[in-house]
Amino acid sequence: MSKVDLLKKTVEEVLSVYPEKAQKNRSKHIAIKEDGCATCAVKSNAKSVPGVMTARGCAFAGSKGVVYGPIKDMIHLSHGPVGCGYYSWSTRRNLAEGTIGVDNFVPFQFTSDFQENDIVYGGDKKLERILREIVELFPNAKGISIQSECPVGLIGDDIESVARRLSKELNLPVVPVRCEGFRGISQSLGHHIANDSIRDHLLGKGNQSEPGPYDIGLIGDYNIGGDAWATKKLLEEIGLNVKNIWTGDATLEMIQGGNKVRLNLIHCYRSMNYIAGHMEEAYGVPWMEVNFFGPTKIKESIIKIAERFDQTIQDKAQKVIEKYDALMAKVIETYRPRLEGKKVMLYVGGLRPRHIVGAYEDLGMEVIGTGYEFAHKDDYERTMSYISEGTLIYDDVTGYEFEEFVKHLKPDLIGAGIKEKYVFEKMGLPFRQMHSWDYSGPYHGYEGFPIFARDMDMAINSPVWNLIKKPRKNKDVIL
Amino acid sequence: MSSLAQVADWINTEEYQQKNFERKDLVINPAKACQPLGAMLCALGIEGCLPFVHGSQGCAAYFRNNLSRHYREPISAVSDSMTEDAAVFGGQNNLIEGLQNAYTLYKPKMMAIFTSCMAEVIGDDLKAFVDNARLKGSIPQDFPVALANTPSFKGSHITGYDNMLKGLLESLAAPRQHAPHSKLYVVPGFDPYPGNLREYKRLLQSLGVSFTLLPDYSDVVDSPNNGEFQIYPGGTSFKEMKEALNAAGYLFLQSYSTAATRKYVKNVQKIPTETVHMPIGISATDKFLAKISEMTGKQIPEEIEAERGRAVDSALDAHPYFHGKKFALFGDPDILLGVTSFLLEMGGIPVHIVSTNGSTAFQKEMEQVLNSSPYGEKASVYIGKDLWHLRSLLLTDPVDMLIGDSHGKYAARDAGIPLVRIGFPINDRVNLHRYPIIGYQGAINLISMIANTFLDEKDRLSDDSHFELLR
Repeated sequence: MSKVDLLKKTVEEVLSVYPEKAQKNRSKHIAIKEDGCATCAVKSNAKSVPGVMTARGCAFAGSKGVVYGPIKDMIHLSHGPVGCGYYSWSTRRNLAEGTIGVDNFVPFQFTSDFQENDIVYGGDKKLERILREIVELFPNAKGISIQSECPVGLIGDDIESVARRLSKELNLPVVPVRCEGFRGISQSLGHHIANDSIRDHLLGKGNQSEPGPYDIGLIGDYNIGGDAWATKKLLEEIGLNVKNIWTGDATLEMIQGGNKVRLNLIHCYRSMNYIAGHMEEAYGVPWMEVNFFGPTKIKESIIKIAERFDQTIQDKAQKVIEKYDALMAKVIETYRPRLEGKKVMLYVGGLRPRHIVGAYEDLGMEVIGTGYEFAHKDDYERTMSYISEGTLIYDDVTGYEFEEFVKHLKPDLIGAGIKEKYVFEKMGLPFRQMHSWDYSGPYHGYEGFPIFARDMDMAINSPVWNLIKKPRKNKDVIL
Repeated sequence: MSSLAQVADWINTEEYQQKNFERKDLVINPAKACQPLGAMLCALGIEGCLPFVHGSQGCAAYFRNNLSRHYREPISAVSDSMTEDAAVFGGQNNLIEGLQNAYTLYKPKMMAIFTSCMAEVIGDDLKAFVDNARLKGSIPQDFPVALANTPSFKGSHITGYDNMLKGLLESLAAPRQHAPHSKLYVVPGFDPYPGNLREYKRLLQSLGVSFTLLPDYSDVVDSPNNGEFQIYPGGTSFKEMKEALNAAGYLFLQSYSTAATRKYVKNVQKIPTETVHMPIGISATDKFLAKISEMTGKQIPEEIEAERGRAVDSALDAHPYFHGKKFALFGDPDILLGVTSFLLEMGGIPVHIVSTNGSTAFQKEMEQVLNSSPYGEKASVYIGKDLWHLRSLLLTDPVDMLIGDSHGKYAARDAGIPLVRIGFPINDRVNLHRYPIIGYQGAINLISMIANTFLDEKDRLSDDSHFELLR
């Protein structure tokens, strides 16, 4: 049997355990990369099967947790009961400059802490009072976003009208965001709703100064562990001016002036393609996708970016590539012998299931399985050029499937999230959290790659793995 | 708008504190999570139990993430992924399909179903839904399922623990018989420390008590690494769960996280029930052991008396590093009562005590604890307040140390004082949940953590002339 056929048989076996309906559903979400298939027919962006361990979150997580949370000089109110804001409090590692509580509100949990009365009588009056209290206590907050939790939509509160009135009264942007967790089927709709609310309430407002010739925007970089700073440094080295970052370490001004750049570079396509597309249509700002993981892809991206600008930028880009090629070669020289041939399985969110593949390959590693929590068809289309034939692809993989696939494919390293991490570590398998960089990072840019390489080496080659006891054979008892 | 520097100074002032305390509706950095998180932890403590969230999948993901970050352990739980159509038509189809999938795939011995706010707001009838699921054959007729309503807009995670525990008893325990068996059921309450649960068991065993710890998630949230993943690595046995209403008696080691369950056990089931403060510190441990002795007739063995002696010795060795030191504390009511009485017996001075999920009953009880010692005179108890209130207190009326969960690190940093991490969650330090803070051994651990933190600070801050070998 060919490798692909063998894998198909494995998948069939794994799925055979499900009840019929679930089996039929799940089988559409799993595929094997074969030559010539565009998406390899992976079904995506569909409801999760009830009762399984899905890693997916909700629209609130996509809006408050991903898109809005990192905008540092705005206050993001988790509107509803206490939990949603509590669980997403400072857990995405969006680093931001500024004085905490003065002009940086990222590491906060602002909540309206709904009680039963608010559910029964509605929360609009309370919301008004909260907005006033925010402005009293935080005079430097530049704006407020209202991140709706499930009950808000269910009880029929009119947060739009409150936002409209209070925005006038308080003289600052108040953005109502309808990201209740029951909307959509994953984080993904939350991203979209957040993008739309930015389009409707913030973009194109405020200071609309004309861009300089090298002013660009970096879209969909959330500065996890300092990623956006690493990318910014690199772009500045080739002579560009990163005017806005969406939304890592971002200010309200950067969001409002997002349309005033020459070019938008988009990092996380999934969560921000909507607004990038809008800026192109409405303001004529072109956008392009870039990949800053690992020297090969960084180099490709730099060349592609520089082509959009004049000779000065192109010359600088060439110099930057030469400078870092040498440094990166040293990193590879150190780590490649320790990682060569190691197999990796990934399961992450927005862009990483494809974008990191090159960085692993730079280290001589091979990605044998990959999948997304909340991707759409266009993500899988974009994935195919990154992966080789016979790669297993799994969409919204369940805890059960992931464990079984890993048992069959026997990777040397798994990159996924916190909910998966300890399952595989108990199985004795090296693991890195690839949402949060496992509290390390940055992984972006030339600054990030040595850290990435070190971390993967640490995960796989730590002597701690030798401590896990193998089954013991009985010897002659002496006492 | 004022300049950044002005505002940075202003938020540290008494004027700001007054404004801050005047706010009535906005909550900033609360030290409380919501009900279903507590329910999930509780359900994990029954052997072979799969926690099942009836509601949005995002909620389940949040609870699992947050528990995993605290314990650095896998947390296995499912949800029935209710979405917009379920919001309109109710979540029955999700529940029926979800139960079948979870039952088939994860082969639990039982499931504990609890709700997130979505299901509560639309008013889903859990019991009827589960009955229908049985009729439809998605789970066998006799498959054990426990139910709890855990709306996030009432109480906090400790309420959810309580409601789930009561739900487990109501749904699974066989009716009480006339001649109950001789076992003491011990309920720890919402206790983030598997180390505590293990220590309770060790102490009860050394007294020779026949007991059941209910629930007991110590092996679930602290399972050994032997190269194999087990989805159900331990917990209170199903048999013991089933016999729970035939207990000789119940001993509750927390009050505020067990209020509804205690009422049910004591008033409805008429089972002899006692409650003690969480045994944090030497005096509270004395009371805990005395209560067990009183309930079971078992004597406290020599080895435990010796342990007590060592704990007292440790307290004496360390008392100069506690005496007169001022503390601020925040967290869940039961842990706060324990840590406060511990500080008082060490000669420490609690100054600010903040409990976001504390009730007026808690406030009264805490004030009694404080009134029992001259060291408690300076303390103020704040219920329903949050960590932004606490920050104001730390800046206007400074103390030497903050005690609470990891979220306190921001306020502690702004105040320039160390944070000793006690409570839930601790997601920025390793292994602390493995060290018991209850019992005599726990007292030694607490003394070490707090005294050594002060001493580390002293060394770190000493100039050349005051940097000494001996401390």
